Amino acid sequence: MKREITCIVCPKGCLVTIDDANLEDVSGFGCPKGIEYAKNELLHPVRTVTSTVKIEGALHDRLPVRTNGDIPKELIFECMKLIRATKVSAPVRCGQVIIEDILGTGIDLIATRNA
Amino acid sequence: MNRNYDVIVVGGGPAGLAAALEANKNGAERVLIIERDKELGGILNQCIHNGFGLHYFKEQLTGPEYAQRFIDMLEGTGIEVKTDTMVLSVTPDKKVWAMNTEDGYCCFNAGAVVLAMGCRERTRGAISIPGERPSGVFTAGTAQRYINIEGYMVGKKVLILGSGDIGLIMARRMTLEGAKVLAVCELMPYSNGLKRNIAQCLDDYGIPLYLSHTVTDIKGKNRLESVTVSRVDENLAPIPGTEIEFDCDTLLLSVGLIPENELSRNAGVPIDRRTNGAVVWQDRQTEIDGIFACGNVLHVHDLVDFVTKESMIAGRAAAEYVKNGGFPETTAENTVSLAAGNGVSYVVPQKIAVERTEKFVEAFFRVRTTYKDSEIVVRADGEELNVIKKSQLLPAEMERVVLPKAMLQKAAGKEITIEVRTKGDN
Ligand SMILES: Cc1cc2nc3c(=O)[nH]c(=O)nc-3n(C[C@H](O)[C@H](O)[C@H](O)COP(=O)(O)OP(=O)(O)OC[C@H]3O[C@@H](n4cnc5c(N)ncnc54)[C@H](O)[C@@H]3O)c2cc1C
Repeated sequence: MKREITCIVCPKGCLVTIDDANLEDVSGFGCPKGIEYAKNELLHPVRTVTSTVKIEGALHDRLPVRTNGDIPKELIFECMKLIRATKVSAPVRCGQVIIEDILGTGIDLIATRNA
Repeated sequence: MNRNYDVIVVGGGPAGLAAALEANKNGAERVLIIERDKELGGILNQCIHNGFGLHYFKEQLTGPEYAQRFIDMLEGTGIEVKTDTMVLSVTPDKKVWAMNTEDGYCCFNAGAVVLAMGCRERTRGAISIPGERPSGVFTAGTAQRYINIEGYMVGKKVLILGSGDIGLIMARRMTLEGAKVLAVCELMPYSNGLKRNIAQCLDDYGIPLYLSHTVTDIKGKNRLESVTVSRVDENLAPIPGTEIEFDCDTLLLSVGLIPENELSRNAGVPIDRRTNGAVVWQDRQTEIDGIFACGNVLHVHDLVDFVTKESMIAGRAAAEYVKNGGFPETTAENTVSLAAGNGVSYVVPQKIAVERTEKFVEAFFRVRTTYKDSEIVVRADGEELNVIKKSQLLPAEMERVVLPKAMLQKAAGKEITIEVRTKGDN
């Protein structure tokens, strides 16, 4: 069956059409990343998670964080649980690892600002 | 304390940071950034989602990371920064009056001023929504600040009015933090947000988007209890009998941004009523010599990368203005004015000094409504100078055309219009 997938890789948001019975049958992409994204969406969709953790001793009470790569979509809420239970203390550098290898994905949760 | 500066930048968001850095690079020795917040970075500090910097850094960064890169670049440049300092007025002779707890009320003198105050959220929609006035009604950006910076959750059952990017981003954010987002309602028959945000913020979480719907009633004694939403007709008037009532404790309004131009207006800077920002030349100089404007204070940008690019133009020009002791007067014969034609809501810059053009000028504009398989027509005095085919045009996405110097020389003294032509128009 033909499936229509909005590519989220860049702000352009191409509408990629892909056949779920034949993943090589792809159209509508603006660049090769769109092909890869559409295939992934059918096989194992992944997302980057961005959120905040509690921080002590900084200007604000929250430190923004993100996964430094994509994690399986079905792990997003599990990941949020861990994020919500995390508390750090200043100083923190942008890029510093906050949670290593989150949920065994091989992806780390990192700080996205200095605090 | 020496209060004389080559360039003073008002606002320390991405626009102000890029302008200051570029002014410094181009020879302005004493550069000062004045920011009213406690830290630099502007609105980016609360935009913790990713999607920034793809054009400029070729990477997906979050808002704070994007800001941090520019803040880090300040190091070693000698650019001075005053945070927690509010600029109260800017005068045409480039005096900048500001106030903070250390210096009190003070005046700085500048060779050139760059206005980079950003924009604020529209709340007019809120005022014209009928119904009661309970707590629980926020603008989306305010809620974003509460959640992402201050760490307060604003509600549990949420309805969002407005499907611009801020509304969409907040729908996902509230969901991740455990709230139930019932729906996003949009007055227009199309969303003003990026398609990828509809996919990754709404579709991913099964949040419905009601197009051509608006809020027609708000109920609640102390806290919000319910919101009534109605479908609207083609004139955007609510249709009786289409009401849907949502039980919710929170309503987020994401109904647009307005450039924050009080300082500009008081300085006497002429404002374009289409952009709600200053009328500017191609180097982002306003109609007042030596006062420049860039970023969201000039026109609302959806991508910070374009804010950075525009602000670099302004910063460079400000440095040149100071170095050369001003720009030569541009005569009417040497000026091209840019205008929004059919289907186009605004064009920036509004004026081009042909002799100050190097190779080309990029004109930025937005269309009024969605178009499929149409053309962008660039025209001077009726003559078509360029026609560009577009498979799709959306009001949410800023468009761009390049006007080469040769074209501008031909059109000197005239008006160039940018318009949309659809198949039926021929
Ligand atoms: C919620 C939201 C989500 C967004 N999402 C994206 C996205 O996903 N990707 C993307 O590329 N872009 C996104 N953007 C757009 C981008 O963030 C903005 O275009 C950009 O931040 C504008 O930069 P600016 O410097 O013009 O304004 P701002 O960032 O608003 O900075 C203006 C600064 O001026 C200061 N200021 C104002 N008045 C005064 C005064 N009188 N005295 C001293 N200081 C003053 C303010 O405090 C502020 O710090 C988003 C914007 C918002 C609001």
